[in-house]
Amino acid sequence: MSTPKPRVRVPAQAKKGELIEVKTLISHEMETGMRKDSAGKTIPRQIINKFAAAFNGKMVFEADWHTSISANPYQAFFYKAQETGEFSFVWKDDNGSEYKATAKLAVS
Amino acid sequence: MNMQTLIRNGSRRDVLAIGGLAALVAVLAPRMALADEKAVQAEINKLYGDKKLGEGRIKLDVPQIAENGLVVPINVEIESPMSADDYVKSVHVFADGNPLPNVVSYRFTPECGKAAAATRMRLAQTQNIVCVAEMSNGALFSTKAEVKVTIGGCGG
Repeated sequence: MSTPKPRVRVPAQAKKGELIEVKTLISHEMETGMRKDSAGKTIPRQIINKFAAAFNGKMVFEADWHTSISANPYQAFFYKAQETGEFSFVWKDDNGSEYKATAKLAVS
Repeated sequence: MNMQTLIRNGSRRDVLAIGGLAALVAVLAPRMALADEKAVQAEINKLYGDKKLGEGRIKLDVPQIAENGLVVPINVEIESPMSADDYVKSVHVFADGNPLPNVVSYRFTPECGKAAAATRMRLAQTQNIVCVAEMSNGALFSTKAEVKVTIGGCGG
């Protein structure tokens, strides 16, 4: 599997108190551990089991994903703009890898 | 295994399941071992014991009919002021007809401003989606919705 590539869509700027929607997507097979390969051997489970978003280091939103989440998982949530700063996103893989992304937000 | 093979194997699978040969069934057809309402209830009990689940406040947005069970959009929104002392703490989504009942768990903070989140899930068959929300004061709310699935998303 190629290295998962996160993609994030956040408005570049917002007014203080404005509600913005954050949309994220990451390429990942989300292998359930219930499929067999052509030799009849179970393909081991490998999913991204956790997504977390923080703003200026403070936790905003977290999601625990289970095997029922689709491949190339999409996650959208909201944030109430208060101050200029940076989002940091992290996706945690079953294999211990972490995939990261950031996005800047200017608040006027 | 393609769809036709699955259908042809249907009756054989049933017999095996009745025989309790779960392991063998898992080899022949992983789709057989599915969660049910009880499994969902067990997960909810694990989290919240037998605390009462209220109704309302949750808007669970799922399609009535999903043509492709591999990618079913699910959007949840919970009515809440999302202030520092009154907000939605967590939301759990379960599916009672998938191999495992858990779908997703969210943790919100007052910084979210709105307790809403959207993702996409796999559904193996037509089933109920159950959503439980926990408020910052400990109150619980629950709702459910049925999704009819035309083609199951279990990658068999």
